[in-house]
Amino acid sequence: MTFKSKLGTAAAAFILTVGVSSAAQAQLKVGFVYVGPIGDHGWSYEHNQGRLAIEKALGDKVITTYVEKVPEGADAQRVISKLASSGHGLIFTTSFGYMNPTLRAAKRFPKVKFEHATGFKRAANMSTYSARFYEGRYVVGKIVGNMTKSNVIGYIASFPIPEVIRGINATYLSARSVNPKVKIKIVWVSTWFDPGKEADAAKTLIDQGADVIMQHTDSPAPVQVAQRRGVWAVGQASDMTNFGPKAHLTSIIDDWAPYYIARTKAVLDGTWKSTDTWDGFKPGMVQMSAYNKAIPADVVALAKKTRADITAGKLFPFTGEIKDQSGKVRVKAGEKANDGVLAGMNFYVQGIDGVIPK
Amino acid sequence: MSVDWLIPALLTIVTAATPLVFAAVGEVVVEKAGVLNLGVEGMMIIGAIAAFGTAISTGNEVLAILAGAGAGVLLAVIFGVLTVYLQSNQVATGLALTIFGLGLSALIGHSYVGKTFGGLAKLYIPWLSDIPVIGPVLFGHDALVYLSVVSVAIVAWVLTRTRTGLLIRAVGENHDAAHSIGYSVTMVRMGAIMFGGAMAGIGGAYLSVAYTPLWVENMTAGRGWIALALVVFASWKPWRAFFGAYLFGGITIIQLYAQGMGVEVSAQFLSMLPYIATIAVLVVISRDSARARLDAPACLAKNFHTSA
Repeated sequence: MTFKSKLGTAAAAFILTVGVSSAAQAQLKVGFVYVGPIGDHGWSYEHNQGRLAIEKALGDKVITTYVEKVPEGADAQRVISKLASSGHGLIFTTSFGYMNPTLRAAKRFPKVKFEHATGFKRAANMSTYSARFYEGRYVVGKIVGNMTKSNVIGYIASFPIPEVIRGINATYLSARSVNPKVKIKIVWVSTWFDPGKEADAAKTLIDQGADVIMQHTDSPAPVQVAQRRGVWAVGQASDMTNFGPKAHLTSIIDDWAPYYIARTKAVLDGTWKSTDTWDGFKPGMVQMSAYNKAIPADVVALAKKTRADITAGKLFPFTGEIKDQSGKVRVKAGEKANDGVLAGMNFYVQGIDGVIPK
Repeated sequence: MSVDWLIPALLTIVTAATPLVFAAVGEVVVEKAGVLNLGVEGMMIIGAIAAFGTAISTGNEVLAILAGAGAGVLLAVIFGVLTVYLQSNQVATGLALTIFGLGLSALIGHSYVGKTFGGLAKLYIPWLSDIPVIGPVLFGHDALVYLSVVSVAIVAWVLTRTRTGLLIRAVGENHDAAHSIGYSVTMVRMGAIMFGGAMAGIGGAYLSVAYTPLWVENMTAGRGWIALALVVFASWKPWRAFFGAYLFGGITIIQLYAQGMGVEVSAQFLSMLPYIATIAVLVVISRDSARARLDAPACLAKNFHTSA
């Protein structure tokens, strides 16, 4: 396990010259706990980009540290407590499994502010935050619905949790709105990360007629397979252009930087409050990477308009009437699905073939 | 049901099975010599990063695969020195080797994340590759696939038909006897361990150079452990290990195809099948003590010391 701390040399020089008097307005120490290596080119990588953005934006006012590859469990407890007891004023714990350790640390260190990603337990000094990735999926749906010639979208899914099912439904609803003939073919690989298996799933889908590959798994292997086989692909979490410049239509990018900067500023200003944030395009938590030049101009325009409308609140991806596969109405005509429905989504919308694995 | 999907499915199965074939057949030789090396996963991942790094910096795929094999051998030598010469516990050392390999590969691979290259090309054999059905299935693979088949054939032949094979098996069955008639148990075991390392390294190289030409941490994703299970599943027989690898690859790929075709099978159940099969085989072979004696090398995982 590595433990790195970065201290701006300018800041050090400043403290040295001004001496003790500057100790009064000490720098805020911001700590990060990552579940993966920062070199995963996915989830933890993007959180680390957010950390670097804080340093860039706030410069001398902050010192950031991170601990990577922290297993969810007893180790997490130890790492979080260590950060809290070593003078950190704000700590981001960036995986679902850190929820209970973070809560325990929050009780033990009431003066330290905690931010936990993707969880649902909060305290007076512990906020939660997550991103509305389905907004990105909805924009992608408009593109893939137009780009497919075979009318088959291949979708590599990880685990049947609401987050993943929401993404599939958002993609399908959007693709169908521009192409009524479109079908979505889903393969569950039961892993977040196994390049070999993800590649196999991509090959399977292509062999079965898909000419666009989407993924809710973290490795760039499917994009690479799409490039080799001459079909389209959509990347996940990070910009994956590099792995298939011809195939790569766009990637949905997690951008934590604006949120991280805002929350760090709030602590500096003394305005930090415990909140539950679930943001999408509007504050920039979800981003799209550059659109492939091969996408026709009108489709790019549609994608951009869709994104602008979602950002402006004019368009909501899960607006009724939405029926599930059995024909039961889940969201009434004209109504918008509330966050409870979204957070617990466990059904495919009507038109998707197949069953969700139990 | 149309059979159009069958050929692409077979091709995918071959790529899924090949890394397992290399690693499993290498481990067969190691275990036949009486050594249990649980570090297969670690040797594979080191092979993967060494091959990928070499491929990126030199662009030469042959060099890349040799680098993968070499890196596997280096890690295997560490294991060999510790267990054969310094008498450390084989199980603990093997586990440590896996953890070490995963960590070291992550460290070396840090600057290779996000890079890619064209990948190992498929061979084209004039005329043969053009035969419908048989052409693509038998003659349309990359060179390593053929090397994996050839290496299984050679290992099977050496183990059962040659003096060297007899020596390896003698050391694995009864190292005291082999020692008492003048053979060097340590040399034979070191040789076997290094061969196993080279094969695991090539298996790893196949992942990062041919299967998915990229580097990400932990990209072997447990394939080393599957290879270890296959050795037991195969009752330490090279050809059975080969078929086991294809069976395993086959089940994995077929369940993906079945899902894509809308067949309602439980993906989790099918993913579990190969492991159940391994456990079932273990139970069967250990139930019959006579058979167990014939199959498992008698000195497996036992350290040898001349004074013992």
